[in-house]
Amino acid sequence: MKFLLKVVAVGAMLLTTFGASAAEFKPAVVFDMGGKFDKSFNQSVFAGVEKFRKETGIKYREFEVTNETQREQALRKMAQRGHSPIIGVGFAQAPAIKDIATEYPDLKFAIIDSVVDLPNVQSYIFKEQEGSYLVGVLAAMASKTGKVGYIGGMDIPMIRAFGCGYEQGARMANPNIEVIHNMTGSTPSAWNDPGRGSELSKGQFDRGVDVIYAAAGGTGVGVYQAAKDSGKLAIGVDSNQNHLHPGTMLTSMLKRVDVAAYNTFKSAMDGTWKAGIYNLGLKEDGVGWALDEHNRALITPAMEAKVEQIRADIIAGKIAVHDYRTDNKCPK
Amino acid sequence: MNDTVKPLPRWIDVGLIPIINVSIALLVSGLVILAVGENPIEATKVMITGAFGYDEGVGYTLYYATNFVFTGLAVAIAFHAGLFNIGGEGQAYIGGLGVGLAMLLLDASMPAVLLVPIAILSAALFGGLYAAVPAYLQAYRGSHIVITTIMFNFIASAIMVYLMVNVLINPGQQSPESREFSDAAQLPFMHEIFGWFGVTIAHSPLNLSIVWALICCVLVWVFIWRTKWGYEIRTVGFNETAASYAGIKPARVIMLSMCISGGLAGFVGLNEILGVQHRLLLNFTAGYGFTGIAVSLMGRNHPFGIVLASVLFGALYQGGAELAFEIPTITREMVVAIQGFVILFSGALAYMITPWMTWLYNRLSRSAVTPVEAEG
Repeated sequence: MKFLLKVVAVGAMLLTTFGASAAEFKPAVVFDMGGKFDKSFNQSVFAGVEKFRKETGIKYREFEVTNETQREQALRKMAQRGHSPIIGVGFAQAPAIKDIATEYPDLKFAIIDSVVDLPNVQSYIFKEQEGSYLVGVLAAMASKTGKVGYIGGMDIPMIRAFGCGYEQGARMANPNIEVIHNMTGSTPSAWNDPGRGSELSKGQFDRGVDVIYAAAGGTGVGVYQAAKDSGKLAIGVDSNQNHLHPGTMLTSMLKRVDVAAYNTFKSAMDGTWKAGIYNLGLKEDGVGWALDEHNRALITPAMEAKVEQIRADIIAGKIAVHDYRTDNKCPK
Repeated sequence: MNDTVKPLPRWIDVGLIPIINVSIALLVSGLVILAVGENPIEATKVMITGAFGYDEGVGYTLYYATNFVFTGLAVAIAFHAGLFNIGGEGQAYIGGLGVGLAMLLLDASMPAVLLVPIAILSAALFGGLYAAVPAYLQAYRGSHIVITTIMFNFIASAIMVYLMVNVLINPGQQSPESREFSDAAQLPFMHEIFGWFGVTIAHSPLNLSIVWALICCVLVWVFIWRTKWGYEIRTVGFNETAASYAGIKPARVIMLSMCISGGLAGFVGLNEILGVQHRLLLNFTAGYGFTGIAVSLMGRNHPFGIVLASVLFGALYQGGAELAFEIPTITREMVVAIQGFVILFSGALAYMITPWMTWLYNRLSRSAVTPVEAEG
């Protein structure tokens, strides 16, 4: 009898959740070329939507694109089936989101890393330069040689903005610092080339660099490994990667795309969803630096005090971090 | 007379054997799908209906096929001269750059009637010239074309990244893309063309380039089998020493065939830039240049075979996307694996079953003939 009750209860629960989600709530996400397991940007979104699924039990539909034209195809398919909200991951999906959101004005959309100015689209952009500025300060303070390195993935404006913020921060902490920049490659494989990441790191170490900040997706794994092997320091990106190599990872620059993705789903479910442009910086906790038990030993109280001071100054507007993307220039 | 082995008739060689090869590939893919706990018959159904079952699917299939026809023809022409052009990817990239530059320069001042021929010419010119460098190095300096064309793919992507990020980017945006072309500098989509005649079909990236692709097939056939240059190319491909003995200059043939090959690959830029994206951007080639090698091999370097192989690969791409969409447990990596099996069995192992088929064919035809001969 107890068993039967249980079955009925579970069945009823399933029915209500299924009924509600079938009629009301069918979220979807379209990952970009890197794929949801890129150990970085897309994976962070994946973590956000997975968190939502685990909490609410509501399934979402997903797709990983493999070429330029599939973005629009996947988004249109999601829209045709009435999915809403639909998250487009990455700035490359902006033109497709714009088209599809215009075609389907009753559905909700979200774009991460770009702006689509429509009444049914949430645009999430991040002030990566501010977070990078902070880790730049930390890098300069941790460096004994006065040389710090930066390794980007593909040479695109956003990745230059990371590097530019980093350099500004490093220079602020130590005006005589030398910052060496490298990009991994010119094809999308640059986002997932740990071998090349490791080579570039060793090259930078040979030139005297002792802290490297990598903003290169899966390529970063090679950078961190090389830093560990050579006894140098590395800085992670996007999600908190401190746990990968405790003692080697100085810190991580956090870019909370997972929070953005989670909030999109959650707010749409609660009915609090609002279209608009969300420009997330230090103030909004959209970016930040990671301090946990894995890097506690590497961050001295002086470093922590200084970086927190600078963080407060940026939020208060006393320090202006230049965004490379506004004029395609980085101040020297 | 009974002991002589009869060669396979043409319908078996170019018709039956490819079908058997694809079937074997699908069978092996089925095992993989079974291994991840999905129903292979269901998956095959999703793939086929996704590729051919409705107008949007057909549109995507043919749109991919358009790219493969261009790159397949490119590989085939070089192959007839005994050259292995692996640089289709880079030539397509640079061909697209040519289209983009011409349109960015001229789209405000000219009507579509002029812009489209200019786009075709600049795609061919840029792609062809880009292939001319490795061709020159092969013809006059002896650097192996396989190595140089591969390296030129990387140079092409580096050039594109530099130009898109530093020079051609539309200022004030994240994405390394140029501004959008004016309406005159856009090939009409097929759903638009059908719309003019009052027929409504679903949106797809299929555009007028497919007509140009078919024209190219005819032109390539005429060129290879009906002109003096085509004859020279085939002669050099068969036997370079004999060709030079007959007074053909192999160096010139290498230059000619590679330039045409590069030009054909460049037309991918026509389809992608002028037809679909209407702006210059990165990575629009998406590996079509490499798939062209498999398409050409499978199509036996003949335009007709290339069209068929292109449609097959188009169907694999589109059906594969559909598969990843409909059945979430089949990831895009699995789709790549399935495509890989088809390439493996119908490209790399294309001749694997030929000896068995020859044996079987001889066996069957002999048993049909033997009784009559025994009486005589």
